[in-house]
This record gives sequence, structure tokens and C-alpha cells, in this order.
Amino acid sequence: MQNHPVFTDNDPQNETSTLNLGPTHPATHGVFQNVLEMDGERIVGGVSTIGYIHRAFEKIAEHRPFYQITPLTDRLNYCSSPINNMGWHMTVEKLLGIQLPKRVDYLRIIVMELARISDHIVCNGVLGVDTGAFTGFLYMMQWREHIYEIYEEVCGSRLTTNIGRIGGFERNFNDIAFAKINSFLKGFPPVLKEFEALFTRNRIFVDRTKDVAAVTAEAALSYSWSGPILRAAGVDYDVRAQEPYSSYQDLDFEVPVGSNGDVYNRFLVRNEEMWQSMRMIQQCMDKIAKEDSSIFHADVPAFYLPPKEEVYNNMEALIYHFKIVMGEIDTPTTEVYHSVEGANGELGFYMVNDGGRSPYRLHFRRPSFINYQMYAPMSRGMLLSDAIINMSSLNVIAGELDA
Amino acid sequence: MAKVTNEELLLSLTTKFGEAIVPEGEPFGLLTVEVNRENIIAVLTYLKAELNFIHLTDITAIHYPEKEKQFYVVYHIHNLVGGIRIRVKVALATADVHIPTAVNIWDGANWMERETYDFFGIQFDGHPDLRRILNVDDMTVFPMRKEYPLEDPNRIDKKDYFFGR
Amino acid sequence: MSDIQIVAAPPGIEGSGFFATKIDEAIGLARSYSLWPLPFATSCCGIEFMATMGSHYDLSRFGAERLSFSPRQADLLMVMGTIAKKMAPVLRQVYLQMAEPRWVMAVGACASSGGIFDTYSVLQGIDEIIPVDVYVPGCPPRPEAIIDGFMNIQKLVQTESGRRREDPKYQELLAKYGIL
Repeated sequence: MQNHPVFTDNDPQNETSTLNLGPTHPATHGVFQNVLEMDGERIVGGVSTIGYIHRAFEKIAEHRPFYQITPLTDRLNYCSSPINNMGWHMTVEKLLGIQLPKRVDYLRIIVMELARISDHIVCNGVLGVDTGAFTGFLYMMQWREHIYEIYEEVCGSRLTTNIGRIGGFERNFNDIAFAKINSFLKGFPPVLKEFEALFTRNRIFVDRTKDVAAVTAEAALSYSWSGPILRAAGVDYDVRAQEPYSSYQDLDFEVPVGSNGDVYNRFLVRNEEMWQSMRMIQQCMDKIAKEDSSIFHADVPAFYLPPKEEVYNNMEALIYHFKIVMGEIDTPTTEVYHSVEGANGELGFYMVNDGGRSPYRLHFRRPSFINYQMYAPMSRGMLLSDAIINMSSLNVIAGELDA
Repeated sequence: MAKVTNEELLLSLTTKFGEAIVPEGEPFGLLTVEVNRENIIAVLTYLKAELNFIHLTDITAIHYPEKEKQFYVVYHIHNLVGGIRIRVKVALATADVHIPTAVNIWDGANWMERETYDFFGIQFDGHPDLRRILNVDDMTVFPMRKEYPLEDPNRIDKKDYFFGR
Repeated sequence: MSDIQIVAAPPGIEGSGFFATKIDEAIGLARSYSLWPLPFATSCCGIEFMATMGSHYDLSRFGAERLSFSPRQADLLMVMGTIAKKMAPVLRQVYLQMAEPRWVMAVGACASSGGIFDTYSVLQGIDEIIPVDVYVPGCPPRPEAIIDGFMNIQKLVQTESGRRREDPKYQELLAKYGIL
């Protein structure tokens, strides 16, 4: 067992107790440990221990070709895998200088925004559960199944999607996928409105979350926060607006910003982001209708695996397939950093390439890891129940925390 | 808000620090400079206080076993208002992998430096709590260094014949 | 008549006003439809478990309505997700704290065998430290697969002896793991 500090001293007047909010705990959504020093119900100090699901992604990535790293990125933030997949593909495309057709960009935006909605559903639903309200969570999980059905049409998998290839998608979106996206866009708004009606002006929920764990913008920036929790503190930093990628600059959307960074603000910011995501998906669906519907990948035979029928019948496709899989194609020996707006914040990929099949060094800038370091200092002086709500609103995903 | 360009940024850095800043280029538009260990804290403080680089994106390291100075500590820093990023690298020799900590400049450097120590063994002098963060506490090696293998070296059930070894 | 299916009665001798069967059968039947799972969810498989507990797939139809996060009150330890070597002592401790009868289900490739993570930090299968009854493959397994694994556990519960802890083969198995 890991050694953790024991805080009690021998003076009964000053005695504090140690509470292990251990790796297996219903309130910690994932495996991380906090050993808290408690004075009754109030937290006096705490130590966070993480690494209980450290799977050495960065080491594995040094031994895998680019297209085999995509399933690894799935498992970073597994509540919104497509965002990780697309971020990785964009990093490689930036390295190789691949330009994508607009239709591919818009399809990618649709997939990424659906992933963002599904992650926020989990976060806000579970925040409701932690305050004692189970109903909202159940209503929203039902609609998560609809998002999973859309993923299944596109890539075949529900959760760890491995969507897309370097250069686009592996297959075109079929009519059923578009029909499902349209029915989601029609059916989800009333559910989200109902969820908001359950919580936003609910006296109990507001009392539990207002002014809990308020964070100033300076403190948040100093701790390198990013994502909805930074925006709830009043800083309008959104990678999609600041450094647009994948044709986000063509879309018309707003970045919701809160005021004092407390849990209630984070809840509201995530809800509003879900509305903005649906707005973006609708705009992309309209734009796609004007594009040539047969394009689903860029024309880069050197990096995009050719379809199997061509590999068996066409000499060039066979040669390209061989070269891609065996790593015979030269890649630039340089370094690249690309970041996307993950559901929790700025998800960055820093890759140093040596010209071979695998990266020389790949580092993931994981927002959950960087956001979580403020948790222990922030909990000082809080009541235990407030600290639990604080943790759920930070939306720490263990896969992204430990990588 | 006025966007700062790479040229302006490099100019203000070289005006203040002169020879200490070694520009390495702008791969994909991100200005990359190399700095000596002696000047790194002064450079980072200047970047944060004067040039408004208030958001520390990440700290990590790279291990090049065949180079003379094997370890590079890499800082990615972001000026949110000016809309510009910078990458600062520091080269360290294996015998002397010490570098002063950036925790006093950005609080967020705390866990980033612990992770870099955990994986590469880089000692950040002045860090309040430099211990392992992701690996087991009693691990004696630094796993991301190139000489350490990916798989568990004590594993007995993987037959080499089936894995092509 | 309604089309609700009622659980089949175990084999026994029936008469007017009485039904005689073996205690093991009756208890096995009752236990299998009232298992209290401990969801030891570490990563992605945990999210699929959340979907399984949701209203679309609904594991509570099978009796697993009451999740227990305390091992002392749980029957079934469902290990869902990767177990790293740092987490292994915690998992073993949780298993040791469970009272008999207890069953273990390894959900997902990582819990069964380490999955895609053949690295220095991941335990290559939880059966290195605790005995496992049912393995559910998949990465992550679909909710239907998790339910199928759960139904296999139910079959085990129904067919095994009522006091499995006294079975010599079971005691030998636990001794191999250094438990008891």
C-alpha cells in the first residue's frame, strides 16, 4: 500500500482526523486518492495521490506507427473519445502538411461537438447525482445512447471510437447517420430544457452550488486551467475561437463565460456549451448539404490507407499500402505542437518526429491532469460535502489524469 | 486586441537577453528558442511579467541518448491576449540534470515538473514537493528514458517464440 | 394472460400446499436474482457500465439494482477497467474485505489480461492477484456483453453449492492466491 501521511498529534484539543477519500470511492469519478485532514466537517489540509491508472501512453506511443496511436488517444478522455482522435489526426496532418477538404472539416466538427455534448451530459448529470438528484442523470443518459448510435453508424464502436484516419474518415457518412444526427438535433433540445428546468432555479441545487469553490481568474490562470472551468472563472479562452482549427472559423458560435468560477457557474457554462454545440452541428449540417457528398478524405495516397478492393486490384494502391504499413515513407524530422479544445480544456499533442514510423517523443498535454493540481490547495477550509461537489464539477477523467 | 508576431517577440527577447537566447526556428509557426540553464528563470520571469505570457501550457522533457547534452526540458508558454505561443528549451547533461523550478513563476508548474521528474529524473531545484506522481512510489528507474523497455521486464508468461523474438 | 415470464422453479417434488426441493437450489435461485454488485470501475469500461445501469440496458432488471460501494455488503466484484500495478494492492484489499459468498467478474480486456496495455505499469490481468469467475472480453464490451457476463455469474450462483467456501477445490484456489 502506498504510504500516506497520518495527521493526528497527541493534543486532544488540536486533534484532527485523517479521512481517506480513497481510490475506490463512489464520489470520486475515477481512481484518484485524496488523504484529507479534517477538523470535524471542515477540511484543514489534503494530499492528492494519482497514478492509479497510469498506463504509460507516452511510452507506448514511441513504439507504434501514427495510425496505431489513434486507439491510444481514445482512452485518454474516454467520455469524449472523438475529440482526442481528431486532435491527434490534426497533429499528424499539421506535421505532414495535409490540407483537408471542407466537407471533411465539417464532418469532423459534427463528431467533435457530439463528443463534447456527451461529455458534458456525464459531467452535469453526475454533478446532479452528487447533490442527490438522480433523475436528471437518467434522463440525459438516455440521450447519450443516441449519440452512441451515431458513432456506431460512422465507425462501428460506441465508446472508444477510433474515428477517422490521417487525412479524413475511413468511410463516408451514410444516410442513416445523417438521419440520426437530424433526429438528435430535433429530440435533444426539449430534454436539455427539461434538465435545466430541474436544476437551474432549483432552490436546493442553487444553495448547494452557489459560491462553492469560487476561483478568481488570476488563480485559475496561474494554475494553467483551461476549458469550461476557466471560462466559468471569467476568462474567455477557448482554443476553437483563439486558434481555430478544422474550419471552426467558418461557424458562428459564442463562448459562454461565467463570473466567479463557483460550481454553479461551471454547471451553467457547460449547459450553455451544449446549446452552442448543437448550434454548431446544425450549421455544419447545412454547410455539408452544399458540398460534394462523395468527399470524405483528402487525396494523400502516401498517408491515407487505400481501400482494400484497390489494394487487391491496383498496383499503386498495393505499393502505397505496403509503404504506409511498413513505414517506408519519409516524414519531416521536426517537432509540432497542436492543441484542440477538449471537453475539459486545452488538449495538446507535442510530437517530436525523427522521420521514422513512430514518433520519437509524444507528449499529451492533458487538461484533467493540469486542472486537478489545484484541487488540494483549493479544498482547504471547505466543508467535505462542498469538496465533493467541487471535484465533480472539475470533471476529472481518470484516463486523462494519468495517461 | 493586437496580435504579437514572432519577430516582435524574438526582438524583445534578444534585446533584453542578447546572446543567451538561441533561436531555433519557427516549426509550424511556433517560435522555438534555446536558453541556458543559468538564464532560464530570468527569461521565464521576463516572459510572464513583461511580455504577458501568463498561461503556462506545459513542461516536459525529451531524452536524446546520442547527443552530448542528453536531456532537453521543454516549456510551452502562451500569451492569451497577444495570441502567441513560445517554446523554450533547456539542454542538460546526464551527469548534472538539475534545473531551477518554475513553481514561483506559475503555480501550475508544480505537477508538470513532478511528472517530468517521475519520467526522466530531472531534478527541479527549489520544488516544494519533488516526488513521483504517476508511477509507484518505490520505483527506482525513470521509465521514459530511452534505455528502459516498454514491457514489464519481470514478466514470465510471454513466450518469445510467439512474439517473434 | 400477461406475457411476463416468471422464473422457472427448480426441480423438486410438488404437492398440494407444499414444494420440496434442495436448499441449495432455492438459495441459489434467490441469490442469483438479488446480487449486489460492487462496481470497481476504473476506466472506459466503467462508462459502459454506467450505460448498462442506465434505462436503455438496465441491469436492475436482473436484480442488480442496489449497487454497493462497500465491499462488506457486496456479493459481486465487477472489475471494470485497467488495473495498474499501483492499484493492485487496493483491489486485493477490497476483495479480501468481501464476505463469502463472493464472485468476481473481470469486465473488459484490461481486467482480463492487461488489454492493449502491455507496459511496465499495468497488471496483466487481475487473475494474477485475485480469483476470477467470469471474464467479459471487449474493449469496452457492449452493454449486452456485460449483461451476458452477469447472466453467466447468475448461472454459476444457481448451480454451485450453497456453501462454496467449504468446497476443497475453492479453498485450494484461494490458497494458490495466498488468501486464507
